Amino acid sequence: MTQNAENVLDHFELFRGPEYQQMLENKKKMFENPRDPAEVARVREWAKTEEYKELNFAREALTVNPAKACQPLGAVFVAVGFEGTIPFVHGSQGCVAYYRSHLSRHFKEPSSCVSSSMTEDAAVFGGLNNMIDGLANTYSLYKPKMIAVSTTCMAEVIGDDLNAFIKTAKEKESVPQEFDVPFAHTPAFVGSHVTGYDNALKGIIEHFWDGKAGTAEKLERKPNDSINFIGGFDGYTVGNMREVKRIFDMMGVNYTILGDNSDVFDTPTDGEFRMYDGGTTLEDAANAIHAKATISMQEYCTEKTLPFIKNHGHEVAAFNHPVGVASTDAFLMEVARLTGKEIPEELAKERGRLVDAIADSSAHIHGKKFAIYGDPDLCLGLTAFLLELGAEPTHVLATNGTKSWAAKVEALLASSPFGKDCHVYPGKDLWHMRSLLFTEPVDFLIGNTYGKYLERDTGTPLIRIGFPVFDRHHHHRRPVWGYQGGMNVLITILDKIFDEIDRNTNVPAKTDYSFDIIR
Amino acid sequence: MSSLRQIAFYGKGGIGKSTTSQNTLAALAEMGQRIMIVGCDPKADSTRLMLHAKAQDTILSLAAEAGSVEDLELEDVMKIGYKDIKCVESGGPEPGVGCAGRGVITSINFLEENGAYDDLDYVSYDVLGDVVCGGFAMPIRENKAQEIYIVMSGEMMAMYAANNISKGILKYANSGGVRLGGLICNERQTDKELELAENLAKKLGTELIYFVPRDNIVQHAELRRMTVIEYAPESEQAEHYRKLAHKIHNNAGNGIIPTPITMDELEDMLMEHGILKTVDETEIGKTAAELEIA
Repeated sequence: MTQNAENVLDHFELFRGPEYQQMLENKKKMFENPRDPAEVARVREWAKTEEYKELNFAREALTVNPAKACQPLGAVFVAVGFEGTIPFVHGSQGCVAYYRSHLSRHFKEPSSCVSSSMTEDAAVFGGLNNMIDGLANTYSLYKPKMIAVSTTCMAEVIGDDLNAFIKTAKEKESVPQEFDVPFAHTPAFVGSHVTGYDNALKGIIEHFWDGKAGTAEKLERKPNDSINFIGGFDGYTVGNMREVKRIFDMMGVNYTILGDNSDVFDTPTDGEFRMYDGGTTLEDAANAIHAKATISMQEYCTEKTLPFIKNHGHEVAAFNHPVGVASTDAFLMEVARLTGKEIPEELAKERGRLVDAIADSSAHIHGKKFAIYGDPDLCLGLTAFLLELGAEPTHVLATNGTKSWAAKVEALLASSPFGKDCHVYPGKDLWHMRSLLFTEPVDFLIGNTYGKYLERDTGTPLIRIGFPVFDRHHHHRRPVWGYQGGMNVLITILDKIFDEIDRNTNVPAKTDYSFDIIR
Repeated sequence: MSSLRQIAFYGKGGIGKSTTSQNTLAALAEMGQRIMIVGCDPKADSTRLMLHAKAQDTILSLAAEAGSVEDLELEDVMKIGYKDIKCVESGGPEPGVGCAGRGVITSINFLEENGAYDDLDYVSYDVLGDVVCGGFAMPIRENKAQEIYIVMSGEMMAMYAANNISKGILKYANSGGVRLGGLICNERQTDKELELAENLAKKLGTELIYFVPRDNIVQHAELRRMTVIEYAPESEQAEHYRKLAHKIHNNAGNGIIPTPITMDELEDMLMEHGILKTVDETEIGKTAAELEIA
């Protein structure tokens, strides 16, 4: 079955042909040291046992499939949320290729970001020259309004000092003296992408508010009636930011979104390439100091940023990726309290519609068991929503979740009868989750694209919510926040539930007595 | 925070940095100053005279045990020593593996994030050897140590190290606030030691702020894991350390941007003082026996 221009076989079909099958079999026999299939099957079954789970959870020196990324990814994510800003990662090129491809694969958009391209000589002599040349090239080639610098492992291990380097680069005229180059040290081996989000956002705000690394006067706060909004690292940023803006506009709130990347991750195809699009203006970023309050939608993405803002006199409020009725209520009421604005009737109607939809479908969700993994705040938001729906979030796992996060999840689980037999797993990975899905099975798994391997291995249907989602398109355009966002999450979950019911009832003359038209 | 003074002691390995700094800080504590010592040396011996213990649990060893530095509490790593001096050792890897410089960065970040710098008059960093990599320069980055004191002696390599450290300071001084506070000569009884130390200080654009004479009592105290200030408070040597402490205390804001010299200039200086005999280029690299024949 050779290829033929008239009928090109794609990879689904091609490798199933007899000559490829024969070749693959030979390869296995001759080069892959094949094991007795019975032994392979035995080990596969053993890995599903309670005994194996206990060994798995006693594992110390190995992580298998961690559900987290590294700090600079979060730093790049924040940087592009500012007007005309290019993220500049001080370190080696391969790291930056990873951030760009990771974001592009999720958002299906180009992701512009530069690297200082450190190589072996820079590791020995320090990366100062890379910073000097890199800033100069970035400035002249890509004409940004701001360059936001972060670091990779390499620059951190050798101890490059961004503050001193950037000052020196300015003295060498890489960029004009007054050009904005905020920075943040984001060692990739500490924390995760949510830590990087936090550090980078703090770096940018500190730059504008606290005197631009000693080159300008610190801003003096003159409180006004506006509020600042911080979304946190969020795979749904495109849909969520637009939904939040719609809600704020409906309420008549005077607001600044700090790090609004909803446009740059969703540029239109109209013949014009937009390297930069939308984003918080630099002027707004500076003026945000005067706001009366700052809201963070994700507490664990702003653990350093929010206290920093609070120290500047703001009232601050933090949420945990609020999803669903009660969480959205709490968010809107806090906005109303902080701004003194009424919650409009239209939003109350949206709430009613979500409550109605939940009631309509309650029979199918009630009592269903779920396993959830993802970033700490998303896990909290989804857990709260599932409890609200009467579902049981049996396993809640965050590789980048801390002990304090786990305590918060436990308190949430304890607040509902549906949380009774549910457990939280901070710092665990997807191989732990695999064991849990075998020994304490659930009806559905909620997670990102990587969950498809767990779905395949354990047969637990995967509902894709989280970051990254590479293998389904456009979900990031839909919000998961607000009542309408809650509706989207509800529908996503229900679709999978109904697909599963159909799949389990579709054998003619055997199970199709339940293959109903109406669900 | 504004009243907090941060200083650092650098110098060639084995020059007596830890001994000099601990004695000086003990004297400062006698004056009622609230002090924290941050040991930035994998050997973790920057606080032993304060704690009367060989080495305390270091930040990095505890972090390795706990899994990550985020799992540590400040109380785990901070010990209280003589005159309530707070003692912290960053620690680091065994020789030949890992990266001690990163350890210094990790430790100082941990201390700052956990509020270790609150309610203090002095933070003192005790840093090993030369500024060999970016990590060991952490204490001289902006908003860290304002003044660096270099402990040296009249030995050529100690002066070479002092000059190298000045180069490190210079790198950060232009963009940041770090300054060279002065040289402290720890007497080794080499030829014309005081004269040489003063001359080097002048070349670097700074001052020899104290000449600590050699006295065996330092050894005696050291063997008992004590500072001289504590072991023999009435001794002459204790008085020397008190004078040094006063000098440093009154030296705030007097630091300078150093003007390091080249290796050739350093050699010339030694020749000027007759430590090295003036040699003509043809004699370089010849053994004593070869020169004899010639």
